[in-house]
Amino acid sequence: MPMPFLDLQDLHRDFGTVKALDGIEISLGEGEFLSLLGPSGCGKTTALRIVAGFDRPDAGRVLVDGRDVTNVPPNKRGMGMVFQAYSLFPNMTARQNVEYGLRVRRQDKAGRRKRVDDLLELVGLGHARDRYPHQLSGGMQQRVALARALAIQPRVLLLDEPLSALDAKVRVQLREEIRRIQLELGITTLYVTHDQEEALSISDHVAVMYGGRIEQMGSPAEMYSSPATPFVAEFIGTMNRFEGTVVDGGVDHGGTRLAIEAAQGRPRGQRVLVLVRPETVEVGPTNGDGAANTLVGDVVTQTFLGPVTRLKIVGSGVDVIADVPTQKALGLPVGTRVAAVLPAEGVRLLELRDDLPELAEEPLPTAR
Amino acid sequence: MATLPFFAYTALFLFLPAGSVLIGAFQAKGQGYTLENVRTLFHHPYIDAFKTSIEISLVTALLGGLLGLLIAYAAIRDGTPRWIRSALTTFSGVAANFGGIPLAFAFIATLGPLGIVTVFLRNHGWDPTQHGFNLFSKTGVELAYLYFQLPLMILVIAPAVDGLRKEWREASANLGASQWQFWRYVGVPVLMPSLLGAIILLFGNAFAAYATAYSLTSGAVNLVPILIGAYYSGNVLDNPHLAQAMAFGMFVVLAVMMLIYIPLQRRAARWAK
Amino acid sequence: MAPSAYLWLLLGAAYFLIPLVSTLLFSLKSNTTGKCCTAANYGWVIHNGDFWHTLKISFLLALETIVISLAIFVPTIYWVHLKVPKLRAVIAFFALIPFVVPPIVMVVGLLKVFKGTPDWFYAQPWGFLAGAYVILAFPYMFFSLDAGFRAIDVHTLTEASQSLGARWTTTLVRVILPNIRAAALAGAFLTLAIVMGEFTIANLAAFHTFPIFIQYVNETQGFPAGALTLMSFGITWAAMLSLLFVGRRRGARAAIVAGAR
Repeated sequence: MPMPFLDLQDLHRDFGTVKALDGIEISLGEGEFLSLLGPSGCGKTTALRIVAGFDRPDAGRVLVDGRDVTNVPPNKRGMGMVFQAYSLFPNMTARQNVEYGLRVRRQDKAGRRKRVDDLLELVGLGHARDRYPHQLSGGMQQRVALARALAIQPRVLLLDEPLSALDAKVRVQLREEIRRIQLELGITTLYVTHDQEEALSISDHVAVMYGGRIEQMGSPAEMYSSPATPFVAEFIGTMNRFEGTVVDGGVDHGGTRLAIEAAQGRPRGQRVLVLVRPETVEVGPTNGDGAANTLVGDVVTQTFLGPVTRLKIVGSGVDVIADVPTQKALGLPVGTRVAAVLPAEGVRLLELRDDLPELAEEPLPTAR
Repeated sequence: MATLPFFAYTALFLFLPAGSVLIGAFQAKGQGYTLENVRTLFHHPYIDAFKTSIEISLVTALLGGLLGLLIAYAAIRDGTPRWIRSALTTFSGVAANFGGIPLAFAFIATLGPLGIVTVFLRNHGWDPTQHGFNLFSKTGVELAYLYFQLPLMILVIAPAVDGLRKEWREASANLGASQWQFWRYVGVPVLMPSLLGAIILLFGNAFAAYATAYSLTSGAVNLVPILIGAYYSGNVLDNPHLAQAMAFGMFVVLAVMMLIYIPLQRRAARWAK
Repeated sequence: MAPSAYLWLLLGAAYFLIPLVSTLLFSLKSNTTGKCCTAANYGWVIHNGDFWHTLKISFLLALETIVISLAIFVPTIYWVHLKVPKLRAVIAFFALIPFVVPPIVMVVGLLKVFKGTPDWFYAQPWGFLAGAYVILAFPYMFFSLDAGFRAIDVHTLTEASQSLGARWTTTLVRVILPNIRAAALAGAFLTLAIVMGEFTIANLAAFHTFPIFIQYVNETQGFPAGALTLMSFGITWAAMLSLLFVGRRRGARAAIVAGAR
């Protein structure tokens, strides 16, 4: 196993009685992109600030390329940081902002100029070199901030929710660019966000955080298809969840028996959470006979999502979300009585324990 | 237009009186106009008064400006408890008042021949008066003036210091700059318009000050306002137009400062909204 | 807290406190023996009728000046920031004129210009003196208010308020004022300070204000002047603190617009 390039070892940080970080462990290889994902207050920004050097952990270490930097001041760590907003120096043009890190390292003017211009081209702002921050849009400002952070050839790139202050379309565009540039330059990157779609679309690894701890860490595909805790299941994507108890070869949910492969091997009577992705639910007209894994109810709402339409199906003891191709949804208007069929395979089961974090009553929004 | 009351007021209470005095500087006793009054200004003791006034104003403006900024920043920056900032603002508001007559007495009580600090130093082996220190001198006036220059600076620069975003300091540190580099390249340039405005304010404040020097030195230090006051409240009122000429001289000095200020201000504020 | 912050705050505190302590020690010395410690000087001040009389005049004068100043300058600066930004340079220029025309000069001009006006204005501090003091306070008010307006997003706040149906006056009082409260208070502090300590104009125009009284005592009494000095300082401080307290209670609510930092 190659030595991690960025290594966070057992980080702890308390603010009074609040445990902002409760034993964070992350190992990131060189050139990899990891997102710290979680709701406000989960500790992701605290972790990032500790890596940057703006805060000291109460316990634990931060190592970069084998070297312990925990006590190194922020201006000596060789990391580049992109802040959420307002970080460009208002008295300097885009070019001068990007130049700043090189200037304080006393690099000669000609060399600086070239590098700065190259970087501004890289982020697509060659034409806006001599503009001041207040003359740039939010998206452009963040590009300059990125160029500025990259100018000093940092060993690690840190981004603190760089896109949250921007509007939606710019966000999508800019995140792809950040990833493209990161891959091109091969920089080890730590990215903080609360937007799970953002994290999943551009990262090599995702770490979901809650209450100062890492709930789960893995590749985006893993996080999506195999959430390890109810919180992660809730936070990533939309998920149907049913509580039930294990019975022979399946799960009993409010009287209905669901055939679920994952139930095999689990002790009978165990309380479990059944997790079903909306796109795996088959929806069709009812035809009377009680086929397996079928929940019957009425279409209560339709939400147009582009290629797919989300149906909310409600019946007695039934509350299911299903994503169906939009064409098909046209034939299942609100009020139609339908049968929602849950797949037997590919359904996740999580054991329900009392010490697990509270689940939100409503599913958390998938995008902001 | 909402701005009408403002212009009307300033016309009546500012421009009219000011204009009448400035015209008076060029009037001769009796009838007619003359340059004689202004010419007299370039001789003793008038020219010395101008030199001394300018020197004192410059010293206290720059010193007060620098120290005021440092103190304001120390109180406002991250990491300093909030109550310190409130205490400083409140105290500054009052200390800016503690000028003129009461201040003069306070300094006499501190650094005068029988002042508490003077006596304290004397008892511990170092007699200030033996080393050439005299409160009733240019230096003494400067020390006293600083007492109201500093708080004024703090009050005026505080809003600007507030506007220094935390992100700029952090970004600067992250990019490898030292504290000093941050101030040089970002902090001071960003503050510059407000700094300039404040220092000009301080200069004008010191240059025009009358009461403190009056009460402290009883005329021992030759300052322009003192000279003017002497003509008006004294018994020697032989040529009021000379006093008005002195006033004109003050106006010129201050106008020059302002002419330096305006283009500088514009350049420094180029990038601001 | 940063060590350099400690240093500067401590130095500042020392510089400010030492003269006050010295004055205090002086004020406790007996006028007859020249030694510590007696409260007789304070008694002398409190039992002096002139003390109370002049104090009241100066304080009311200050309040009058603050009210007139805010009433004139706040709408003006607001309007300029909102609608006519080019005018700001003009007003900023005006604000520098009281520096070019100091009180010592102004008083002569004022006396000359207003000589023929009726007594209720010319001979009263509430007319002549207040009129002059508003001009004296103008630059300080302007720099404070201007900085305050520059720090908020005037356009967004006004538009938000208007889109919710408010009139100009409502917008000004309920939305703008609370947001420039700090700047307005700073300006008010400075004005209070200026008026309570203004000696030049009052002296040459022969009005009997508080600072005139203090100078008289300085010239004629010894250690009692120390007591008076300290009391004048304490009185102004008390006035400031109550101003601050009032400002804090009333201004608790602030208009926050989405998108603002």
